[in-house]
Amino acid sequence: MNSAARLYEVWVYLQAEPLFWLTLTVGSYLAADWLYRAANLFPLLNPVAVSIIIVGTCLIAFEIEYERYFNGAKFIHFLLGPATVALAIPIYLNWKIVLSERRAILGVVLAGSAFAMGVTYLLAVLLGLDQTTTMSLLPRSVTAPIAMGVSELIGGVPSLTAIITIMTGIVGAALGTFALDLIRIKNMAARGFGFGLASHGIGTARAMNKNKTAGVFAAVAMGLSGIVTSLIVQIVFRILA
Amino acid sequence: MLVGVFVILLFQLVGEAVQQYFQLAVPGPVIGLVLLLALLLVARPSTSAALSSLRANVISTAEGLLAHLSLLFVPIGVGVIMHLQLLETHLFSVVGIVLVGTISTILFTAVLFARLVKRDGNE
Repeated sequence: MNSAARLYEVWVYLQAEPLFWLTLTVGSYLAADWLYRAANLFPLLNPVAVSIIIVGTCLIAFEIEYERYFNGAKFIHFLLGPATVALAIPIYLNWKIVLSERRAILGVVLAGSAFAMGVTYLLAVLLGLDQTTTMSLLPRSVTAPIAMGVSELIGGVPSLTAIITIMTGIVGAALGTFALDLIRIKNMAARGFGFGLASHGIGTARAMNKNKTAGVFAAVAMGLSGIVTSLIVQIVFRILA
Repeated sequence: MLVGVFVILLFQLVGEAVQQYFQLAVPGPVIGLVLLLALLLVARPSTSAALSSLRANVISTAEGLLAHLSLLFVPIGVGVIMHLQLLETHLFSVVGIVLVGTISTILFTAVLFARLVKRDGNE
């Protein structure tokens, strides 16, 4: 066997194992994160988006199915659960600030969650989308596991919701800064709250990178809007059913 | 460090159990977040050295996990470009809704929050 054929054998062996895909995921993220920091946290170079492009390009170039990739990368994916639990820590460490703004927090979580679903529903109707796609779109602002659960409950397609939810997170993280600068919102708590409520974990990660206060309020908004959104949907759904 | 990992996993586990038992629409990890926060707030600064070191352990583990929160979205995010065909003919409508809906929600939320904080401050 010549050396090229041997290398091919090695590749066939490695691509069937999780190790290769884990290494690719962490490596791509490190490169994306380095680029993001080198560009002074420029929002359009969102590290999630850039990592996705690097990994996706590799998968398409080498004709790897997503399922095979995910079989390795699922070990990283699993950490989303513990990381959600870990969001209790920044909230706990800043509990005094959170408590002092409790009225604004509760009012805006209710109004914001309703707004997010309302504007999505309105746009879907205006564009004449079918019922299934509309229901898959509705919970897109909240963290992926909640969004998928809600989607299933109201007759959407959970895997479609997962895609739309990640898109929402990236759009918010990449463009939110420009939009907020444009209308001159300087209050860091308010900015963070917008990121967490409208674009869940990816928006929260962005807010945490930029500013400590913004990060805390993003985490609070993300957690509460997830709970409030699933409650609103359950109540509306039970009334209609 | 390992103790911190254990505590966080334990709270997720309890959260999942509660979610399953009561058939809640809120996912287990979010219930775990609420329970952990509640416990930390109830068991406020203690004189026990063991409890303080446990708390410090949980805090440093959580901060380590959150330092690279973005990384954790990459595996499911790659599915977005690999599964774009799921959107079929709706791709442009969906992208449009995501763009307009997300930006307007961020602005609505931030403006409202900034107003309410300011009003509270004046009282």
